[in-house]
Amino acid sequence: MNFANYEVGSFYDEFLTETKVARPGAANLMQSIESLPPGEFARRQAAAERVLMQMGITFNVYGEQAGVEKIFPFDIVPRIVSAAEWFRLEKGLKQRIHALNLFIDDVYHDQKILNDGVVPREIILSAKSYRKQCIGWKPPLGIWCHITGTDLVRHSDGQIYVLEDNLRCPSGVSYVMQNRQVMKSLFPKDFAASKVRSVQVYPLKLRDMLEYLAPDHTAQPRVVLLTPGIYNSAYFEHSFLAQQMGVELVEGRDLVVEDRQVLMRTTKGFERVDVIYRRIDDDFLDPKCFRADSMLGVPGLMESYKAGNVALANAPGTGVADDKVVYAYVPRIVKYYLGEDIIVPNVLTYICAEEKDLRYTLENLDKLVVKAANESGGYGMLVGPHSTKEQRAGFAEKVKADPRNYIAQPTLALSRVPTICAGHLEGRHVDLRPYILYGKEIFVLPGGLTRVALKQGSLVVNSSQGGGSKDTWVLADSRSIERECANGDARQTQTMNGGPPGCSAA
Amino acid sequence: MLSRVAESVYWMSRYIERAENVARFVDVNIQLMLDAPEGQDQQWAPLVAITGDQAEFGKRYGVATESNVIQFLTFDAEYPNSILSCVRAARENARSVREIISSAMWLQLNRLYLMVNSAARESGGLNEHEDFYDEVKQSSHLFTGTTDATMTQGEAWHFSRLGRMLERADKTSRILDVKYFLLLHSAEEVGTPFDDIQWAAVLRSASAFEMYRQRHGRISPRGVVDFLMLDREFPRAVRFCLLAAGDSLDAISGTPLGTFRYAPEKLLGQLGSELSFAAVDEVIQRGLHEYLDDLQTKLNQVGQGIFEAFFALKTPQPGKKSPHAAAQ
Repeated sequence: MNFANYEVGSFYDEFLTETKVARPGAANLMQSIESLPPGEFARRQAAAERVLMQMGITFNVYGEQAGVEKIFPFDIVPRIVSAAEWFRLEKGLKQRIHALNLFIDDVYHDQKILNDGVVPREIILSAKSYRKQCIGWKPPLGIWCHITGTDLVRHSDGQIYVLEDNLRCPSGVSYVMQNRQVMKSLFPKDFAASKVRSVQVYPLKLRDMLEYLAPDHTAQPRVVLLTPGIYNSAYFEHSFLAQQMGVELVEGRDLVVEDRQVLMRTTKGFERVDVIYRRIDDDFLDPKCFRADSMLGVPGLMESYKAGNVALANAPGTGVADDKVVYAYVPRIVKYYLGEDIIVPNVLTYICAEEKDLRYTLENLDKLVVKAANESGGYGMLVGPHSTKEQRAGFAEKVKADPRNYIAQPTLALSRVPTICAGHLEGRHVDLRPYILYGKEIFVLPGGLTRVALKQGSLVVNSSQGGGSKDTWVLADSRSIERECANGDARQTQTMNGGPPGCSAA
Repeated sequence: MLSRVAESVYWMSRYIERAENVARFVDVNIQLMLDAPEGQDQQWAPLVAITGDQAEFGKRYGVATESNVIQFLTFDAEYPNSILSCVRAARENARSVREIISSAMWLQLNRLYLMVNSAARESGGLNEHEDFYDEVKQSSHLFTGTTDATMTQGEAWHFSRLGRMLERADKTSRILDVKYFLLLHSAEEVGTPFDDIQWAAVLRSASAFEMYRQRHGRISPRGVVDFLMLDREFPRAVRFCLLAAGDSLDAISGTPLGTFRYAPEKLLGQLGSELSFAAVDEVIQRGLHEYLDDLQTKLNQVGQGIFEAFFALKTPQPGKKSPHAAAQ
């Protein structure tokens, strides 16, 4: 397979410049791909798919018969991010999470930012994910958004923008790790040659962060991962993370609350739980506090949480900063709390709640992407240039009926990465979701989920709509190598002294 | 460990063992029918009878024939004890405890699942049956072997073994019962060469033929019942299974041999002792079918007792401290 007939087109290509010169980080890999015997590259692609199917790395598709599983399509050409670019992204993501956390805390306490008129009060109070129940709560250590997956895209101007903040229960990190596993077995030499940074540290970092949140009085905190169960579309990830962290995977029915203490049912009786990494939305967490009809949650959980007897990650109420209209204010939020300019900018966004923006949006529906404030997974969205007249008319009515619920953005020409299509390479559009943990410090995993729109010309990368994924290679420079070696040594010493911290709890 | 996890591990193993044994049932009947003297009617109804699910079968299929009984027991997705349903249920249980079992176990179970599913889609020709049932048995053995070779032999492993052994005890007793039902229809053939062939087929279906030969030599009804019910060393004999199950139950509850803490331990201990001190002539005198029926009822009680003692932990009453609610 070679790049001779590969077309860069009018897009930013992550591998090649407009004049088809390899970008610095990609040269090694491209050479290696071109030097493979004919058919070998396709053979490796088939091998990767077989491994994923046999490992049962599948997701459930909503709207189809319960329990229908599919593999998340995987393409073996990785996305490559240079060390310098990553350095800037990492700084920008830390800045953003820091500011968003201060924002959430403010919204549920003094509401200074609303009083100062930086973010309109009615936008917050009308946000679906704003939880009155959380007013005045103090989450452990003042941290609300412990785990974030921020969606980034690169436009044809070469600039990387933040497209969405996912602060509730972002998923996908298990694919980052599994994709890497598969790639390491298929391209062992290229990893060494390209100096790709490792993603293996994620489960350890996640567990450290969760233990850090535990109430002070526990010497050996018991961490659990709360899942809605095997029919949830991300169930594979829940069980994978629990296994990798070495914690119990629990369902709501495994837990009870007694004397404001969360307990789990075991074969030896009830045992105390200190930290819950919950992969259930706020609405379903506790029928006594949120939705009364929830069968997934734990009655009384919120009382235990408020009493400081159990920590929850992410904190209930965090979703308020996840609203797509609130997103539009993030640059102002960063400036307000940190006094800094935003490092990784937002995509230009029209807020339909504002008269002028609404008019512009309605007049330019054919050029814009319009999104509902509280939908995800590519639902509730109009992609103007790919829509019919009827679809636009229908959407215009929805926007006029509830302007608060909509934003619009110019249609971005997402960057492309070479992807195997019917035996040869073609450019396909991608985005990137890095994962950020907020505990004792803010940690950004060097890597992330690169989602790819496999259909030609498509800009929708969601797995529910024909998207697939790629491995993401964040390259090391001398500085990051030094840092990682230092970390690695520290870990090894701990292991020799009897396992990573916390693992001794039997 | 979590009660729900223990229950899933227990059922995962039970369902795999059940699928294997249903494959054995069907296989033994196919063998028997192939060996039947010319002119004798094909007997498939007895096979349905021993599952205890005649009513469900009758409602949906009517008169038992080779093809509809095979369909019912093998690929019927609506019948919860068909091979297809058992393998699916085993996999659902395994999926809910993937973080507990080894990835090798999961891979093996997933392979069996993909194989049975694709066979179900392509089913039709009767010729390939033998291969299929062999493959189900092989896969089950592989799963059990993988479990023993790759899983820490702690509490979860004991729950898995407990489920497997109780299921196997029940199913071996039912395999013996197949013969009983067949005899009802051919009493005049007792002691004939055909009778010997039938007993040999029963032994083969429990993978017991060679081991039986070493122990008893000549095939006799008395010997077969003795071997499949009361042998202490043959791993598919009812007595062996009950002793192994009791062993695991003791390991789970932490009680010393010969004592008990939970109701199912007592029941299982009694049942094991009964078989340990039973003589085959007494069993036959009481009536084999009646004896097996009684055994199956007691095994169900053990299963119920395990459910109540370990899986269905009662929620503590508000204000009343549960004795177990201590910090870990």
